[in-house]
Amino acid sequence: MSRISTTLCLLLILGGAGLLAAGNATGAVPPYAVSLVGKYLCYAMLALAVDLVWGFAGILSLGHAAFFALGGYAMGMYLMRQIGTRGVYGNAVLPDFMVFLNWKELPWYWHGFDNPLFAILIALAVPGLLAFVFGWFAFRSRVSGVYLSIITQALTYALLLAFFRNDMGFGGNNGLTDFKDIFGFSLQSDGVRRGLLLASAGFLALQLVVARYVVTSRFGKVLIAVRDTESRTRFLGYRPERYKLFVFVLSAVMAGIGGALYVPQVGIINPSEFAPANSIEAVIWVAVGGRGTLVGAILGALLVNAGKTYFTGALPELWLFALGALFILVTLLLPKGILGLFARRAARPAPPVVEPAK
Amino acid sequence: MSTDTLLYLDNVTVSFDGFRALNALSLFLQAGEMRAVIGPNGAGKTTMMDVITGKTRPDEGKVVFGRDTDLTRLDEPAIAALGIGRKFQKPTVFEPHTVWDNLLLALAGDRRPRFTLWARQSSEERDRIEAILRTIRLADHIKRPAGDLSHGQKQWLEIGMLLAQEPQLLLVDEPVAGMTDAETEQTAELLREINKTRSVVVVEHDMHFVRALGVKVTVLHEGSVLSEGSIDHVSNDPRVIEVYLGR
Repeated sequence: MSRISTTLCLLLILGGAGLLAAGNATGAVPPYAVSLVGKYLCYAMLALAVDLVWGFAGILSLGHAAFFALGGYAMGMYLMRQIGTRGVYGNAVLPDFMVFLNWKELPWYWHGFDNPLFAILIALAVPGLLAFVFGWFAFRSRVSGVYLSIITQALTYALLLAFFRNDMGFGGNNGLTDFKDIFGFSLQSDGVRRGLLLASAGFLALQLVVARYVVTSRFGKVLIAVRDTESRTRFLGYRPERYKLFVFVLSAVMAGIGGALYVPQVGIINPSEFAPANSIEAVIWVAVGGRGTLVGAILGALLVNAGKTYFTGALPELWLFALGALFILVTLLLPKGILGLFARRAARPAPPVVEPAK
Repeated sequence: MSTDTLLYLDNVTVSFDGFRALNALSLFLQAGEMRAVIGPNGAGKTTMMDVITGKTRPDEGKVVFGRDTDLTRLDEPAIAALGIGRKFQKPTVFEPHTVWDNLLLALAGDRRPRFTLWARQSSEERDRIEAILRTIRLADHIKRPAGDLSHGQKQWLEIGMLLAQEPQLLLVDEPVAGMTDAETEQTAELLREINKTRSVVVVEHDMHFVRALGVKVTVLHEGSVLSEGSIDHVSNDPRVIEVYLGR
């Protein structure tokens, strides 16, 4: 069942993005739709990352959007440096907001971001490193459950406050925006938008394959055992903190990739991406699609975000109520999410149990 | 202390908020021995297991395993790796996993993520699992999720997981609680079989079962040893009768 749904999901992601890009090239699909779907695919990467830790390791992270946003900021810094002299102030080195703040030179941590490979490396490394340090302390001291969730909320909230400050050097409240080019090509061009859509689909597919390998490996079996009966795994000689740490770091890197692809497609990254509500929304996507199924996380992210786009256009004031109602309904009626509905239908009645002769 | 002592608890004291769960408990276990530990609720049986397996650190005293390994300095995975396996009172198996996978995860081997991430089941591992399945009589259930097993089958699966760990010492907490008479009988037989190659400590309330095991008995009371000897010896001990049997 899950192998079939994974294959189906891969085909849909890659085929759907391919069709959309082809449709855009022939003029049948408007450019905004290309970027919109590309954005959904990035959210799906965040959802996949959340499902990997929540569904398979029992780590309910309510701060995963922080890793997404950090990846996004790294990419945003590269895009800022690409603006060059085309900014409002025409400064070849300093981004506009630094000139505005009367900064004389580029802070040390902005060096190297004119190189796209360096920026991509940082988009992977910073979320991974933060997750490693956070997880190292949290899992070693056996913090789990609600307490861990609260700390992850605090983590993303702290980052939100920090990135709001102008002194941090990340554009403060306004964040990073006004991007022009990526890899030397205009971000406004249809070709680049199509390329970003296809890249998002490709990376999402790759992440799904990697995540599925991890959860179906022997490592994944240990991880599920840790999720359900952590102390038992210790008495078997496993060190649950190492398993959690590995999967937490992997998940953070996945979210970071999502963020790095998200920023060029929406054209802005600002501190509101660190808002705790964003992380909670990602958890809702996973719950709606089906926790612990991977494919369900992607499905949930795409469906809920499509619904959000529709609702915020048609009935903007009702969206948050709809989201809340959705979460309550799914929790009450579909504890295993949308995918659980299909799984139940596919499952045949179990054969009668025959006790072995004694 | 003779050289073939496998486990030696030396004056172990554990207090929880002033309550002494273990009170200067001392206990020897010979290599290859099977020992039954009995005692009323609160006598410290489970705390003793917690101390041996590294879940609880004693306030005072030493726990020596083998020649000179002090267990009080180690944590649970390190102690498990030394060859001490534990079976819980409530059967604790990995419910979403199949019987086969439960045993696979328990098999002695490399426990590090970098190994399990790439591990493929070897034919040697398959043979070992099949041998254990015959011992615990679950060969017909390998593809069932452990959560679907009956209570008694879960108990056996957990004993099977202990065997898969290939420990030198098995700590077994109330293995026959909730079992039928037939299952109890089979479990006693299974433990005697296991004891041919490994040392076993069984904590049990069921006196029939302890009698069926036919091994040396240690009676705990208020965190220390009240009496020790054969089942007939301890059941005739007036102090034991007073605190435990005669209630």
